[in-house]
Amino acid sequence: MLRYLPLIVKNCWRNRRRTVLTVASIAISMCLMGVVAAMYQAFYLSKPEDSEASRLVTRNRISLTVSLPKGYLQRIKAVPGVKEAMMSNWFGGTYKDARDPKNQFARFLVEPEKLFVVYPEFRIPDDQRRAFEKERTACVIGRDLATQFGFHVGDRIPITGDIFPGDYEFTVRGIFDSPRDSHLMYMNREYPEQAQSEARRGFVGMYYMLIDDPKDSTRIAGAIDDMFRNADRQTKTESESAFLVGFLSLLGNVKMFMIAIAAAVMFTVLLVSANTMAMSVRERRREVGVLKTLGYSSGIVLGLILGEACSISMLGGVIGYSISMVLMMGMLKSPFGGFLPGLQLFQPLVLLTCVLVAGAIGLLSSLVPAMGASRASIVEALRSTD
Amino acid sequence: MTIPLAYNLRNLVVRKTTTIMTALGIALTVAVLLSILALVNGLKATLETSSDPLHVIVLRKGAESELTSIFERPQFQDLKFKPGIAAGRDGQPLVSLEVISVISLPNIDGNNANVTLRGMSPAGLEMRHVKIAKGTWFKPGLRQVVAGKSVADRYPDAALGKKIRFGRGDWQIVGVFDAARGSQDSEVWGDVNEMAADLNRPDTLSSATVQATDPVAAQALLNDINNDQKLELHAVSEKEYYDQQTAQAAPIEYTGIFVALIMAVGSAFAAMNTMYAMVARRAREIGTLRVLGFSRFSILSSFFVEAVLLSALGGLLGCLLVMPLNGLTTAVGNANFSELAFDFRVTPRIMMVGIFFAVALGSAGGFFPAYSAARKEILTALREV
Repeated sequence: MLRYLPLIVKNCWRNRRRTVLTVASIAISMCLMGVVAAMYQAFYLSKPEDSEASRLVTRNRISLTVSLPKGYLQRIKAVPGVKEAMMSNWFGGTYKDARDPKNQFARFLVEPEKLFVVYPEFRIPDDQRRAFEKERTACVIGRDLATQFGFHVGDRIPITGDIFPGDYEFTVRGIFDSPRDSHLMYMNREYPEQAQSEARRGFVGMYYMLIDDPKDSTRIAGAIDDMFRNADRQTKTESESAFLVGFLSLLGNVKMFMIAIAAAVMFTVLLVSANTMAMSVRERRREVGVLKTLGYSSGIVLGLILGEACSISMLGGVIGYSISMVLMMGMLKSPFGGFLPGLQLFQPLVLLTCVLVAGAIGLLSSLVPAMGASRASIVEALRSTD
Repeated sequence: MTIPLAYNLRNLVVRKTTTIMTALGIALTVAVLLSILALVNGLKATLETSSDPLHVIVLRKGAESELTSIFERPQFQDLKFKPGIAAGRDGQPLVSLEVISVISLPNIDGNNANVTLRGMSPAGLEMRHVKIAKGTWFKPGLRQVVAGKSVADRYPDAALGKKIRFGRGDWQIVGVFDAARGSQDSEVWGDVNEMAADLNRPDTLSSATVQATDPVAAQALLNDINNDQKLELHAVSEKEYYDQQTAQAAPIEYTGIFVALIMAVGSAFAAMNTMYAMVARRAREIGTLRVLGFSRFSILSSFFVEAVLLSALGGLLGCLLVMPLNGLTTAVGNANFSELAFDFRVTPRIMMVGIFFAVALGSAGGFFPAYSAARKEILTALREV
């Protein structure tokens, strides 16, 4: 088969404009396919990184918006395999004008001395970390947030609370680096809590846990939920990545959406490719007659045409995948990147998917015209004029 | 002298396989765009029917949604006697104290999703334009709730006669109400006092909804509440509140348009390919037309028109493809952190957008081939096989 390769390449190159247009058309569609496949893999198939896999989140079983009592902390911490447990609340609130989406970065209340234990992948200078732990009104912010607003250590960030009513001013005591998007702000939970009435204190939105071994996550999550099964407020515990993917469902049926896009793209590529191959084969009937006169068997002629279609569409697949990498780079840099846990730029599986899908499309699309051409008798083929 | 349109039409019919394949490619691109537009359209329509121009939603200062808002009973007493509030059947002001929470229930897709729970005063029921579709309204004191139509349809556990569990125990679903596809259809309603007690927040409720006597009074009421320093409340018209939620659809809209644009570039290349092949195959025809005296310009416009016809056909096919979507129900998240059900809406307006989009991409793909057809020299064209 390999010795026919130059002939296939030559055939691809005979109508350059058509080949380029076809490759471009397939590449552009396949780049969408690449993005969708990468996101699908990140959301539903990827194994979370160690730091994410070894973090669990416990929240109220009814809903994220219903809180848990503070008293659960010691009991969760006592579960074997739990290294550290931290109380955390979604702070919400408003920074300047909330109607501007860029002001809507994530704000969490945490226990300062535990934050960097539970998130070992956050990098922060030791003196900044200690300053954050010591001061009640301190906060730490992610590098991305600091860059976006030009915040420096020592700046004050005013926030108006809604879940925790009141006007607050937090002093930036540290800026941390994170491998993921870090449009994040973490505050000491003591400060807003002191401002609440007695009845509204002591409620925790989520417990973040670091566990010793990611392999135990299912067992530990089960143990925690069992422990509170008969309690007043029941819990739901899951890995941090599952917890984050849960937010996506708020955007609607994301899985369906992705599959629908992928299907539409694939079908379009199939049509494009089939159309081109049909045109290309039709133009070449006479040539097929000549090849057959020279002694090429029907099988080889079939192989030549299929090979040509596959190489064109696979080339389109590879180029499309490269474009998709550029697109994803842009997406990871955007504020939306924080909601894309585990999205990696290069995933061999996605590349493989793109190339294989493209190859299959090439094969499928050229099958009918190729069969027609290879079956035609020599005389008939030589006589054809179109 | 122009080449008759029939020439282009006949050509499209004669080479029907190529025509259909190219048109289908364009149709799929258009279908992707249209399905996103239909989705956004449906969401906007639902949010629009949700609001009443006379209603004012009162939240705590700084709160962006009813869910994050906190409202205390003394504030409610002060609010109740503001001027401009319409009177109910019993002569009392139409002000409803409400408590909002969410519960997680499995939906028909098998996923757990959040449903908004709303406890309201009797006035709240009176001022909202909903009617009971099945069963009865809830009666205070009996742990009864009513479910919106979308909730009852989308959540098997929340159908009429079922029990849902929140707060301190089970609540019986005694009725299903119909809010004419407004966002209220995605909520579960009950009595405010009972729900608040059960949710362990008897004195810290969520918000209030007020009905003004007329639009002018509504505006005056808004200003009055927002300027009242003592109340520490923030009033928005119901319309503005729901308009803000349409912003929720922005990421979906942008993603969809982005996908459609990328696919459009791909389809334009494909259309270009087809048109180039048509030009190449009809070289002799072009030569003949030139011999007959048609100008280069009429050749150019003829081929260009053919590309436009081809893509318009694709646009039409695309519209046909999305027609079955019309009326299909889906859901997205809303400001209260829960699911909002709505229908896809394929309207004539968005179909026009689709056809226009198809014609635009067809023109982009058809121009260069038409140009190359016009540039052919008569003799070489006639000599080509």
